[in-house]
Amino acid sequence: MAKKATRESYGAALVEYGNNPNIVVLDADLSKSTKTDMFKKTYPERFINMGIAEGNMMCVAAGLAASGKIAFASTFAMFAAGRAFEQVRNSIGYTKLNVKIGATHAGISVGEDGASHQCLEDIALMRSIPNMVVINPADDREAMAAVKAAIDHEGPVYMRFGRLAVEDVNDDDYKFELGKGVQLADGTDATIIATGLMVQEALKAAEQLKSEGISVRVINIHTIKPIDEEIIIKAAKETGAIVTAEEHYIMGGLGSAVTEVVCANAPVPVKIIGTDRFGKSGKPAELFEEYGLTAANIINQVKAAIAMK
Amino acid sequence: MDEKRVTELSIIANKVRKNALTAVYNAASGHPGGSLSIADLLTLLYFEVMNVDPKNPKMENRDRFVLSKGHTAPALYGTLAERGFIPVEDVATFRRVDSYLQGHPDMNKVPGVDMSTGSLGQGVSVAGGMALAAKLDNKAYRVYSVLGDGELEEGQVWEQAMFAAHYQLDNFTIFIDNNGLQIDGDITKVMNPTPIDKKFEAFGWHVIVTDAHDFNKLLAAIEEAKATKGKPTAVIMKSVKGKNVSFMENNPAWHGAAPKKEEYEKAIAELDAIIAGLEATL
Repeated sequence: MAKKATRESYGAALVEYGNNPNIVVLDADLSKSTKTDMFKKTYPERFINMGIAEGNMMCVAAGLAASGKIAFASTFAMFAAGRAFEQVRNSIGYTKLNVKIGATHAGISVGEDGASHQCLEDIALMRSIPNMVVINPADDREAMAAVKAAIDHEGPVYMRFGRLAVEDVNDDDYKFELGKGVQLADGTDATIIATGLMVQEALKAAEQLKSEGISVRVINIHTIKPIDEEIIIKAAKETGAIVTAEEHYIMGGLGSAVTEVVCANAPVPVKIIGTDRFGKSGKPAELFEEYGLTAANIINQVKAAIAMK
Repeated sequence: MDEKRVTELSIIANKVRKNALTAVYNAASGHPGGSLSIADLLTLLYFEVMNVDPKNPKMENRDRFVLSKGHTAPALYGTLAERGFIPVEDVATFRRVDSYLQGHPDMNKVPGVDMSTGSLGQGVSVAGGMALAAKLDNKAYRVYSVLGDGELEEGQVWEQAMFAAHYQLDNFTIFIDNNGLQIDGDITKVMNPTPIDKKFEAFGWHVIVTDAHDFNKLLAAIEEAKATKGKPTAVIMKSVKGKNVSFMENNPAWHGAAPKKEEYEKAIAELDAIIAGLEATL
């Protein structure tokens, strides 16, 4: 199976759907890394390099959007959601302007660059802004579709892409629907709800558990906000135990979003898999091991959740 | 402009000041000092310079205005009211829980407000984005923005200054309301942003230093900005915080404080006297 990083999909999607003359792409001196350089090569007249100034970039994007443009603002997740949080909150979220934030290099899979560049807070930050849609695609096909959906959606969207190549988790005939979770495997004993690159680990965990006689449902949540409450409530009621998995801090991310839904509608045990501290330098696979972002840890947590039923 | 037109604009500007004070007085909160200092500029822009239509506030090719110093919303609302975008009586609802006139401007609630502002440094960046959009679309509209001189302490202002010069946004004019005062006092003592003119020049801007309360000089600066090609223009307006209300002038205590009843009545009486004096000369 060919692997591809979702940042590559982002660049490809901007080219694929970039023939809309209203689309303008901004980048803060990272176009080779965020892959917006692909758009730049195809549509140089609609690519604007903003230099290393993310706060200004977000507000310029807002100004473009206020003038009828579909403005994509791209940089690493750390600087998009972290450094420029308040610009995003006040000039994009509050105003409901048509800005699409393409945030790449999210999570510890950034690897060797270490903690300063491993954004593990962006889902929590962006999710907390009213009007903001938050999408964390799991594979190439989904990332491409997310960009298309973001273009079609009127209003602010935060898209989270990774640096590390990931496996395909969706089929060729996959239909992306904004705000809808995707059930990838059915099961009765527990549900794994995963997002981003943890979806592939969730599928591996489910396979292994099946061989041990444990039947697990797997749901991919690509749109973390607005979240698909229906699919989560159904899973809670039908399987009675949930494990969430994300490449993000355990506070405020997918696990929190799922817990909010479960607690209010169908309380069952929920185990949250995510990071509990800053990242560090290392190879992505080594970091996944050290931080517990593995199929093996998902398996352990599924068993623990079932034991609590 | 001839003397008659200047007198007419002066009358409107002082009505804008009255509106601003009425807003702040009724809300019992808000920012009168910096509202009074930009009343002349806003009057000139909305009544003489900008291509805007109160009946069609979203007109596609309108000139844009962004109040980067969003806390002086009372002056903007006061001007929009005089220009016919909103009813004059509505300014008294400023900051009320059931009012559309928020403490800081909201583009989704107030006709004629092109951008929501309030967090300093952001409005000017957004305005730069609007100017870039006009360039990308080969449109002739111009973009204006007003910043406080204290606002220059925000680093984002200088990110924007670099950007607008780099992309040669000559359709973009900013005004620095240089009244010399911020909340904690004299700008040069709090965090000295001077020399403001040399800084913008060094960033590649065309710079004009002028008087914030002289309509003909302000208009000349705006015309000079329009004629300047390849560079954005920064107009540094020497202004008086609290302008035309004797006890508010040059007093930082009036940055963010509302007048009490007697103070409000005294201020309105002073402005009414100025207006009456101007009307007598027409």
